[in-house]
Amino acid sequence: MLGGDARRGVLEQLASAGLEFVAHPALREESGEEALDVLRDAASGALPIDVLCIEGAMLRGPNGTGRFHVMAGTGEPMIAWVRRLAKQAKYVLAIGSCTAFGGINASGENITEACGLQFDGSQRGGLLGSEFVSGSGLPVINVSGCPIHADWIVDTLMSIAGGAHNAEDLDELQRPRFYSEQLVHHGCPKNEFYEFKASAQKASDLGCLMENLGCKGTQAHADCNTRPWHGVGSCIRGGFSCIACTEPGFEDPGHPFMETPKVAGIPIGLPLDMPKAWFVALAALSKSATPKRVRESATRDTPAILSSAKKLKGPRQ
Amino acid sequence: MTRLVVGPFNRVEGDLEVALDVADGRVRSAEVSSSLYRGFEAMLVGKEPLDALVIVPRICGICSVAQSAAAALALADAAGLETPRNGRLAKNLIQACENVADHLTHFYCFFMPDFAREAYAGQPWHAATAKRFQAVSGTALADFLPARNGFLRVMGYLAGKWPHTLALQPGGTTRAITPTEKVRLASVLREFRAFLEQTVFADTLENFSALGSPAALQVWAQQRDADLPRFVNTALALGLDRTGRATDRFLSFGAYAGDTAPFFASGLWAGATQALDAGRIVEDVSHAWLAGDAPLPPLDGETRPLADGKDGAYTWCKAPRYAGEVVETGALARQVLSSHALALAQVVEHGGSVLARVTARMLEVARLLPQMENWLREIEMGESFCAQWTTPQQGTGIGLVEAARGSLGHWLRIERGRIASYQIIAPTTWNFSPRDAAGQPGALEQALVGLPVADDEKNPVLVQHVVRSFDPCMVCTVH
Repeated sequence: MLGGDARRGVLEQLASAGLEFVAHPALREESGEEALDVLRDAASGALPIDVLCIEGAMLRGPNGTGRFHVMAGTGEPMIAWVRRLAKQAKYVLAIGSCTAFGGINASGENITEACGLQFDGSQRGGLLGSEFVSGSGLPVINVSGCPIHADWIVDTLMSIAGGAHNAEDLDELQRPRFYSEQLVHHGCPKNEFYEFKASAQKASDLGCLMENLGCKGTQAHADCNTRPWHGVGSCIRGGFSCIACTEPGFEDPGHPFMETPKVAGIPIGLPLDMPKAWFVALAALSKSATPKRVRESATRDTPAILSSAKKLKGPRQ
Repeated sequence: MTRLVVGPFNRVEGDLEVALDVADGRVRSAEVSSSLYRGFEAMLVGKEPLDALVIVPRICGICSVAQSAAAALALADAAGLETPRNGRLAKNLIQACENVADHLTHFYCFFMPDFAREAYAGQPWHAATAKRFQAVSGTALADFLPARNGFLRVMGYLAGKWPHTLALQPGGTTRAITPTEKVRLASVLREFRAFLEQTVFADTLENFSALGSPAALQVWAQQRDADLPRFVNTALALGLDRTGRATDRFLSFGAYAGDTAPFFASGLWAGATQALDAGRIVEDVSHAWLAGDAPLPPLDGETRPLADGKDGAYTWCKAPRYAGEVVETGALARQVLSSHALALAQVVEHGGSVLARVTARMLEVARLLPQMENWLREIEMGESFCAQWTTPQQGTGIGLVEAARGSLGHWLRIERGRIASYQIIAPTTWNFSPRDAAGQPGALEQALVGLPVADDEKNPVLVQHVVRSFDPCMVCTVH
C-alpha cells in the first residue's frame, strides 16, 4: 500500500492501469466461505486470473506434508493451493525473497523445509519445479527483496498490464531487470567516504559501512539508493548496512550480519565487477589521500563542517 | 449443537481459523486456531546476538519495528547498555510512527469494510458507509493511503525504511538527523495532523483526547461528520459498545520510554491497577501442537513443533498466562492502564467491547501525534544518538515493548557470546491463545461466546467485528 508516486493511493493507481483485485487476504471484503469460493473458482479455472502474486515462503514441512502451513478453513496445505492456482495464472509473481528463494524462513536448519516458488536458495526447482512456466510462457517472476520496495511490485504489475513484460526483462534469477541490474552502491549517500576508504567503526558513524560493518551495497542487486524508500530513505541512508536482501541466501551470510569478514585485514566481499588487485591498490592510495574532514566525519554521527569560504585568489582581471 | 468453522479471515494479518459451537442461535464455545508454524525462535539460537536485529523484524511486515525494539531492548538489558536521550527520542518517534500508521491501517483497510457488507443493506447508514469504506474501492482509501505514505516519511528520515529497518540498535539509533531534516519532520507531522483533524476526527486531537465518558463520546460523535464519528454512531446503533467482552483483565508492558516513566504506563488492571511483574508470565502448550508439559517462564521456554500433532491440540499458538490468568492486551489495555477517563469508564460500564477497542486505538492516535511533536522538538542537534555496543559473553536480557496490537516480549540468553535461547510472546499470542491446562479459554475465545448466529449464517458478521476488534497479527502470534 506504499506505492510511492501515486497521488490518490496505490489502489487507484493499479485500478487505473486496468488491474482488479479478484482476491486479496488483506484488502478484499470476502471472508471465510466467500473468500474460499473465489479461490476455488480461480483454482478450477472457472474464474480466469491474469496475475497470481504469492507472498511468503513455501513451507513443505514437516516431512514434505506441508502441514506447517494449512490454508485456514480448508484443512489443506497452502502448498497444495499454490500448486493448483499457479497452473491457472497467466503470470506468477513471487513477492519477496521468501517466496522467491526461501529467504529468512529457510535460515539455519530450515526446520519448516521452506523454499521459494521456483528456487531453493540459488538452486532452480523450489515448489513448482524448474520447468514451470505460467500461461504467458514465462517462469515465476521473482520480485525479491526483504522487504521489497513497493514500487518494484507496482512497476512490475503495471508493465504486465501494459503488455510489456517479457523473458528478456528478467535476469538469470528471474528478477525484473529494471531494479536488479543495478547495485545498491549506485547513488550511495556515503560515496565520498567510500572513495577515500574512510570507514565507520560503529553503528551511527557516518563513514563507509563496507570495511567494518558488513555492508554489501557494492555487491547487492537493487536500486535502493536511486529509488529512495518513502521518498527519502534507504538502508544506507538510515545509517546501517545493506545486507543484500534481494539475493538468494542472504539469510545465511556465514558471518555476523553487521561485521565484515576479512582475510589479512582485507574484506572478502569486494565490489562485484572490479579486479581485486586494483581495488586493493586504489584503496591504499585513496586512504593516504583522505581529506581531514572526511576522515574525522567517518567516525562521528554528525559531519565535520565543510567550510564554505573559497580560497581567496587575486583580484579579477 | 452445530459446529461452524470460519476462515480464512481476509483483512486479518496472517492465518486464522475459528471453530464455533452454536446452540439455540448463540455461540456456546469457540476454538481459535493458528494454522501456520514458523520457527523463528529456533532460527535465532547459535547466532551472534546482534543478528537478532536482522532476523526478528522479519517476523512481520506490520509489527516489524516493534519486534526490532523488543530485541534491541533485550540486548541492551543483557549488555547493561544505556541509550542516550536523542536515541531514545528517535526510537519513540519510530515506534509511534509504526503504531499510529498500524492503527489507521486497521481502521480503514481491515475493520471498517465489514460495515459495507450486504448483511447491513437495510440499515439507514449503509449506503453512505459502503461508499466511504467499501474494501479496495471505498472513497476513504483515496484519502487515507496518500496520507499514510506521507506520514511514513518519518521512517524514511529516522529509520531509513519501513519495514525491516536496522536503525534500532541496543544503544540507540543509527541515524542522527540534520537540522533541515528536523524541520522537515515537523512539517510531515503537521501535514498528518491536518489529515487526522479534518478527515478522521473533525476536531482537534486535543479535544478528542479530552473526552471523559461514553456519554460525552456519544454526543461528540452525533455532532460531527467524519470517519471516526461515523463509526461511533454506527457502533452505538448496532450495540457494539456491549459486544465482544473478554476477560476484563488488561495487560500493558508500558510504552515510549521517558526520563522517569513511560508515556503510557505499564501494569495489570483487573478492577484496579497492579504493578507489572514479568516474573509472573508463563506459557502453556497443553492445547498447541508443541512438545512440553508444565507451563514455563519464557527465559526457560522452548518451542518444539510436533510433526504428528497431539490429542486435544488445535493450534500452533501457545497459551501465555499472567499469574495463571487470561489477559487481554492492546490499545484498550494501554489506555486503561494510562488511566484515560474514557477508556476506564468504558470498561467499567460494559467491559472490553468492539467500540472500546476501536475507540482506544483512535485515542492513542490523538494522544501520540502531539507527543511525537514534543519528542521531535526535544531532539538536540549535535548530541549523540547511539551508545556503542560490545557483545557480552553471557547474560540474560528481557525486552518488553508495546506493538500496536499489544504487549510484545523478547526473552534471550547469551552464552559464550552467542544466543543460547530466544523466546517471544507476541500480542496476539495473548489475545488469541487457546485453552490452557486448566481449560481456561483465551481472550478471543471468551469474547465470542454468546454472540448470536442465525440458522443460515455461514459467516456471522458480529464474529467478524469481534475478531477484528483485537487487530490480530497471526504471523507474529506463531513467529
